[in-house]
Amino acid sequence: MSNHDTGHEAGNEIVTHAPGALPDRFEDPGHPEHHDRMGDNDPKANKRAERQVVALFAVSVLATLGFLVAYFALPPGDTPESMLRSNLALGLGLALSLLGIGFAAVHWAKALMNDHEKSEDRHLQRSSDENREAAVTVLKEGAADSAIGRRGVLQGAMISALALFPLAIVVPFVGNIGDDWNVSKFRHTMWKKGTKLATDPSGRPIKAADVTIGSVFHVIPEDLHEAEHPLDEKAKAVVLLVRLDPADLTEAEDRKGWSYDGIVAYSKICTHVGCPVALYEQQTHHLLCPCHQSTFDVADGAKVVFGPAKRPLPQLPITVDDEGYLIAQSDFTEPVGPSYWERLAR
Amino acid sequence: MKALAARRQDRRAPIVLLLLALLLTGGLYAVLAPTSADATPVQASTNDIATGEKLFQANCASCHGPAASGTASGPSLIGVGAAAVDFQVGTGRMPMQMSGPQAQVKPVQFDQEQINQLAAFVASLGAGPAIPTAEQVDPALGDVSNGMLIFRTNCAMCHNAVGAGGALSQGKFAPNLWETTPTHLYEAMLTGPQSMPVFNDANITPEEKRDIIAFIDKQGGTSPGGLDLGALGPVSEGLWAWVVGMGLLIGAAVWIGAKSS
Repeated sequence: MSNHDTGHEAGNEIVTHAPGALPDRFEDPGHPEHHDRMGDNDPKANKRAERQVVALFAVSVLATLGFLVAYFALPPGDTPESMLRSNLALGLGLALSLLGIGFAAVHWAKALMNDHEKSEDRHLQRSSDENREAAVTVLKEGAADSAIGRRGVLQGAMISALALFPLAIVVPFVGNIGDDWNVSKFRHTMWKKGTKLATDPSGRPIKAADVTIGSVFHVIPEDLHEAEHPLDEKAKAVVLLVRLDPADLTEAEDRKGWSYDGIVAYSKICTHVGCPVALYEQQTHHLLCPCHQSTFDVADGAKVVFGPAKRPLPQLPITVDDEGYLIAQSDFTEPVGPSYWERLAR
Repeated sequence: MKALAARRQDRRAPIVLLLLALLLTGGLYAVLAPTSADATPVQASTNDIATGEKLFQANCASCHGPAASGTASGPSLIGVGAAAVDFQVGTGRMPMQMSGPQAQVKPVQFDQEQINQLAAFVASLGAGPAIPTAEQVDPALGDVSNGMLIFRTNCAMCHNAVGAGGALSQGKFAPNLWETTPTHLYEAMLTGPQSMPVFNDANITPEEKRDIIAFIDKQGGTSPGGLDLGALGPVSEGLWAWVVGMGLLIGAAVWIGAKSS
């Protein structure tokens, strides 16, 4: 206790400087004054801390036993209620078991082990001048011995070998990802002239008369199930079909023939990073992307009205066949989905 | 009273209170829950239509116009059908309390008979979707797994994968579906209230609608993982992890670094 009363040490004094008269360097204030803990001087407090550590270990022991009991006594079973009971008991048991050990160890170290401050100075990062010079000499000797500057063919052979080697890693890597070198398929979907529009996921062809105003249909190509990889094709070809009052619809000159009586079809793949854009607000004609809130105006060429997307959704030109079913006039006229390298130039 | 007050400290008191509360809720639910029989469409008589018109003139005409043909403050109701009326009035959305981003659910203002009369009047104005029968909306008759497929494609983007609801733009939102009655679910799909698009019978067939209702019926129960934080996904989970989880970690770090007293 006595060292509490010896007055302030230099490190604890507040030194003030006149404005504009700051020193070049601040002195290291050093360690703060050492204070004894209660347990250092009071055997009772020391004993109490020890009991606390023991109690924490005991919590851990009990929790581990509880975990084991729960493992056998509370099987997950078949109902959500029994799963909840099992998960809760196992989780609490495991958590208390580990937290008990952790808290006990920390408390032990803080309250019972000695608390004298220790410091260890860092050594210099820089090597000594002799070591540095020796290293440079060795490198220079090696370079001179190999005569790399004079033997041109040898130099070329070495650079070729080093430059080609990474291909042995890259080529199988690309091959393993999909074994697919056909890059042009990113530009096309399976929509083609005459493909019927069908409901997702049931695959029923859609008649134009069935699409009432305010309706939204989630659409796949009718022949999707015949594709070699239906899911891959679906990921590119999904379309959202909406009917608006033709008076509400604003259409570009060159797209006048792409809709049918107020029915418009747009790619459902967001032009930002490719999430399915499908939150359609009937009253505002806005189509929202759930990932980053890009908002497209379906009544006006699916232009971006909000959010990070940069381009309108690609439109699928549609018409009807003799029986009144909606069909595609062609594939999309531009690649669907987020921007990729070929778009960067534009 | 004194004996009761003394017992308040008993450690069994919370359990007894909980049991009482559960009993009360269950009892109230049994008494108040709408039975499916309520939803059975009653054959509309001319009398119903006349009464419905009176109700309409008194409660709805100020926004929807005396002839229900719409005004600047409310849309035309000609051709919306009985299903739209039963949904809007039966969930308390209409009559609207105040204007806002969307009409909110509030205590229902009419009894089922009055709603049927209003529906009969609006249905008499022009052909529109009718109120579904009890069999059409019975979750027990639906195919849950097919319902999930249809729900995932058509509904989940707004209403969340388990129907917990979600945000739309400018204050609008897609509501939670767990407490919505099967009849109202069916009517909402059929009529497309407010921001929701219409899903007519060619788009989602009546059987598929019933499958969706069966799927919704299975959602919102006990979550095997414990606290589901509203099943709202990354927003509530992120908030929990950042505020509670990180808070605890920071607290532990501060404790480990602090000197023992």
